[in-house]
Amino acid sequence: MSDSVRSQNSLVAVRGLSFLRGDNKIFKDMYMDFERGKITAIMGPSGTGKTTLLKLIGGQLRPAQGSVTVDGSNVHRLRRNELFVLRKRMGMLFQSGALLTDMSVFDNVAFPLREHTHLSESMIRTLVLMKLQAVGLRGARRLMPNELSGGMARRVALARAIALDPMMIMYDEPFTGQDPISKGALVHLIKSLNETLGLTSIIVSHDVHETAAIADYIYVVSDGRVIGEGTPTEIKQSSSEWVKQFMDGSADGPVHFHYPAKDLQDDLMSTGKRY
Amino acid sequence: MMNFIQTLGRNTRGSFTKLGRATFFLMQTATGVIEILPRPRLLLKQLYSVGVLSFLIISISGLFVGMVLGLQGFYILSDFGAEETLGVMVAASLVRELGPVVSALLFAGRAGSALTAEIGLMKATEQLSGMEMMAVDPIKRIISPRFLAGIISMPLLAALFSAIGIIGGQIVGSGLLGVDDGAYWSQMQAKIDFQDDIINGVIKSLVFGFVTSWIALFEGYDAIPTSEGVSRATTRTVVNSAFSILGLDFILTALMFGDD
Repeated sequence: MSDSVRSQNSLVAVRGLSFLRGDNKIFKDMYMDFERGKITAIMGPSGTGKTTLLKLIGGQLRPAQGSVTVDGSNVHRLRRNELFVLRKRMGMLFQSGALLTDMSVFDNVAFPLREHTHLSESMIRTLVLMKLQAVGLRGARRLMPNELSGGMARRVALARAIALDPMMIMYDEPFTGQDPISKGALVHLIKSLNETLGLTSIIVSHDVHETAAIADYIYVVSDGRVIGEGTPTEIKQSSSEWVKQFMDGSADGPVHFHYPAKDLQDDLMSTGKRY
Repeated sequence: MMNFIQTLGRNTRGSFTKLGRATFFLMQTATGVIEILPRPRLLLKQLYSVGVLSFLIISISGLFVGMVLGLQGFYILSDFGAEETLGVMVAASLVRELGPVVSALLFAGRAGSALTAEIGLMKATEQLSGMEMMAVDPIKRIISPRFLAGIISMPLLAALFSAIGIIGGQIVGSGLLGVDDGAYWSQMQAKIDFQDDIINGVIKSLVFGFVTSWIALFEGYDAIPTSEGVSRATTRTVVNSAFSILGLDFILTALMFGDD
């Protein structure tokens, strides 16, 4: 699909985005489009600011330059109450799940409904049970977050993220630290939720195989820039050394495994220094 | 020398920036308090964890402080043959000073540190961030009810501390040391003034409740989201609350009792 068609149909558009942390430039002039109804993945090595990008889209951080538009509204130009109205339509799945630890699974999923709607308790019960059913945890509704495994906590957080029937969901490293079974279940769940609820999904991940299996479009990010983009097939066939190194997981390539340091031999020979 | 001046400058600027953040935080919290008033359930839950759970430590400490006052007061007053005024001494010390101050110090140690650790960990585990992304303002939903609960609980706990302390003084004074029971209570009734003593004590504990809750909640909210950051913030809550309580006590006492 051509770029102009993608940008016309995009729900989230990132234009010329730059972001600094102190003097450190995390992003330099980024352009991205996240198409409606599709799963778009942002992939890249750890520490490239992928989570920061989600926080910029959600309006939790402000860019140094550039803009983020979600469904036609410039996120960083909105007033706080307008931003909150927009956020009701955006779900976000944090890496840790971010469940409220003093509430049961049921109350966690009911939380956004109780905060933002005036529905009766019986209606809330029905909705919560339906959302929990979708993630396969209806039977776990009485458990507290500390009684859940990491994978279960993430599924509960997913049920909570879809509680208000949002137009989009942002997944922050959904597969990290999951056993193969939970990983497989999550991959399937993200795909099926996207199809059945007509969501727009943004997945931030460095799990190449799982993400490539369900994504419609992939951006590969490294060193604050987009170094490759395309459909999973295009990305796999990419001629870029950077993209190849990332997709194949090799230690040699333009992305260095070692943090910048002086020569090993010099370093070992310089005795008398503590560090 | 330059290093010293640089560090001094940096630290001073850092302190003022933090004070600015704390003031802004207080303004947001206060606005949130008005908005949570229609949701008393949020407040009740916090009144339980901040107030009711501090009940035991306050009662036991109050009893012992009162008993020590009874003992010490008796030895001093009996030198002047004035042991009948023991009730006044115990009650005035408790209601004016020890009740508000000691209960506030205990409150900072028991409830203040718990609030900082709770909020700090909520920040570290992204619960606050998650709430923001669910379009729920964490200051309104989490901070404001705790702040209001702290302000309401403090005078009640101080009153409890004083009341139990007075009973402790009576147990030692008239129960063990033979001060006349009638004199203990009647002297107290005659000399303790509702406006000068009790109301002033309540004002003190309101101020202490306000300051302690503010410090505890801000330190938690402003904590660096790591285990070390939360642990430092908890320590700062206890230390800064203690300084503020004792410093403000001096100022308030000078203002309230200066003309007597």
